[in-house]
Amino acid sequence: MSRPEHIAPPEIFYGDVEARKYTDNSRIASIQADMAYRALELLNLPPGPAYLLDIGCGSGLSGEILEEEGHAWVGMDISPSMLEVALEREVEGDLFLQDAGQGMSFRPGTFDGAISISVLQWLCNADKQVNRPKARMHRFFSTLYASLRKGARAVFQFYPENDDQIQMITDVATRCGFEGGLLVDYPNSKKAKKYYLCLFAGQQTGVRNDMPRALGENGEMH
Amino acid sequence: MRLITHNMLQCHAKNCNVNNFPLRFENAEVELIEADFNPEFLINMLPKLEWNALATTAVQLGIANVPAQIPDNAAENEEFLKALHGLILETHVQQGQMVCNNCQHVYKITNGIPNMLLGEHEI
Ligand SMILES: [Zn+2]
Repeated sequence: MSRPEHIAPPEIFYGDVEARKYTDNSRIASIQADMAYRALELLNLPPGPAYLLDIGCGSGLSGEILEEEGHAWVGMDISPSMLEVALEREVEGDLFLQDAGQGMSFRPGTFDGAISISVLQWLCNADKQVNRPKARMHRFFSTLYASLRKGARAVFQFYPENDDQIQMITDVATRCGFEGGLLVDYPNSKKAKKYYLCLFAGQQTGVRNDMPRALGENGEMH
Repeated sequence: MRLITHNMLQCHAKNCNVNNFPLRFENAEVELIEADFNPEFLINMLPKLEWNALATTAVQLGIANVPAQIPDNAAENEEFLKALHGLILETHVQQGQMVCNNCQHVYKITNGIPNMLLGEHEI
């Protein structure tokens, strides 16, 4: 199967038709919801309502999970068509038309956590000549780091293309100050296997940054 | 966009690092949309708010009676929290633009969604 990020840039690929198809597909919606719940769990938030960022929020499928769990959220996406569907669906989060590769526009320490579902692989793509992936990745992670509260986490579910890509992403994130790394749920299942990049924005005083445990490592089923 | 999020927003054009917050509203159309009152969330957000910026922004939008500073007993002051709720969680800017006081970049707002895309020379 060809990877959508190889076909066209996200704002083109997710035009009006694809944006609606993507949102109306109940199988996609249910997988997105599962991954959003898992990302939220991996954020390991203190009890109570938090202020969260959803990077590549699309039509708000993952944001709705954050709402259901009592959190306020801000979403950014580069596809106007996706954001239009989010508006129609009357999501509660504040939406921004934004290119993650151009960096965040939030004051230091704004967010208690960030999630991103099925987006990071897009950022690795040199879809326009000016889009040097490494420079964009660096701008993205450095400004994201700044916008997070000290010790807050950013969790990215993504579909890595190969080991080099994983290495490139974690290298840049580390250079921007993040701790943490890759977590693979259900590594032995072709269907349930999921990649999560779990990053810590520095360390909160007196709290150790322990990597969370992956699910299904010993072969138990999904 | 709710005013709580505007209070967290700064210009992100290349080399624009001073006087880039808060973004100034121009030709703003405001809409009030009811939301559930959640004092716990507001209390969590109090340390993150830049009050001077919020007060300045409220004046730009023609919103009166915003206190000059956060009262000392803010977390226990239900009257204050209710007013704050209305101001930062129910007040939405739907149309207009935000301008950076430093580099003058204009961020347009359409149907409540700010366009934060930068030009090639601003990255
Ligand atoms: Zn500026």
